[in-house]
Amino acid sequence: MTTSTVVLALAVFGASAVEMVEALTIVTAAGVTRGWRSALEGSAAAALVLAALVIAVGVPLARLVPINVLRVVIGALLLVLGLDWLRKAVLRASGHKALHDEDAIYAKTVADLSDGSAEAREGAGAGSWRHARRDATGFTVAFKGVFLEGMEVVLIVITLGAGSGHLALAAAAAAAAAVVVSIAGYLVARQLSEVPENAMKLGVGVMLTSFGVFWVGEGSGLRWPGSDLMILVLVAVFAATAAVLSLAMRRIGPARRAAAADVGNP
Amino acid sequence: MTSVIRALGAFAKFWKGFLIGDAPELFIGTLVFVGSALALGHHRDAAVVVLPLIVIVFLAASVLRGRGRS
Repeated sequence: MTTSTVVLALAVFGASAVEMVEALTIVTAAGVTRGWRSALEGSAAAALVLAALVIAVGVPLARLVPINVLRVVIGALLLVLGLDWLRKAVLRASGHKALHDEDAIYAKTVADLSDGSAEAREGAGAGSWRHARRDATGFTVAFKGVFLEGMEVVLIVITLGAGSGHLALAAAAAAAAAVVVSIAGYLVARQLSEVPENAMKLGVGVMLTSFGVFWVGEGSGLRWPGSDLMILVLVAVFAATAAVLSLAMRRIGPARRAAAADVGNP
Repeated sequence: MTSVIRALGAFAKFWKGFLIGDAPELFIGTLVFVGSALALGHHRDAAVVVLPLIVIVFLAASVLRGRGRS
C-alpha cells in the first residue's frame, strides 16, 4: 500500500465520519420522536441511493475519461471542497464562527418533529422498535438527513477513488466510517457533541487540499519531487498553515466569540 | 416539463452552492491555481514553490474575509 493510498483511505474515512456524525444526529432525533423503524428504513434507503450513485457515476468516470483530464478536474473539485472545510475549521477554531453544535441540532430537530401529531408519536411507541409503525415523516427526515450529508461523501469517494484508480478502496473507507460512527452513536446515544468534529474537519480539509494540489499538478504534467511522498509534505505544509492562521486569527482584533450555536451550516 | 426544469434548477443550485457557496474567493483561487498549474506544469522548480503558495494566499485571504462576515 503506497503513501497516497493510505492518505486517501484516511481522508475518505475522516470526511465520511464527519458527515455521518451530522447525519446520525438527524436520524437519532427522527428515531426517538417518530420511531426507529421508519428512521432506520429512511437511512438505509438513502445509503442505497448514495451507493448506486457512486457506482453509476464513479465507474464510468474512471474508465472513460483520460487520467490527466480527470486529475485536473477532480483535483480542482477537491481543492474547492478542501479549502472551504479548512476556512470554516480555522474560523471555528479561532472563535470567529460558532462551533457546529450537534446537541443544538438534535434539540431543534426533535422540537420540529414533535410538532407533528401525537398519534404519530404514540404509533412510534416513543422511539421503541417493537411497537413501531411506519411513519412517513420519520422516514423522510432520516432519508433527507442521510442523503444530503452523504452527497458530499459521494463526491469525495468518487473524486478520490476515480482519480487514484482506487474507487473500491474509497467506497470501503466510507462504508467503514458509516459503520464506526453508527456503533459509536449507538454507544454514546445523544452525546454526539463530544465528537471533536472541528478538529476532524480541519484534518480532512488539509488532506483534501493536499490531494487537490497534488493531482492538479500531476494532471498538468508536473512531476512532483519524491512522487507520492510529496502528498505528506503538502499535508505538513497545509496543516502548519492552518495552525498559524488559527493562532493569528485569535490574536487579530477583538476575537468576536460567536455566542449562538451553529445549527444550520455544515 | 416543469419537473425537469425544477430538477435542472436544483442541480445547478447544488453545484453553485458546492463550487461557490459563501466564499467565492476560494473558487477564484482554484481557477487561478489550475491556470498556474497548467502554465507551470513543465517548470518543476517554480511550480513546487508557487502552487502551494497560491493556495496559502487564497486561504489566508478567505479566512480574513470570513472574519468580517461571521
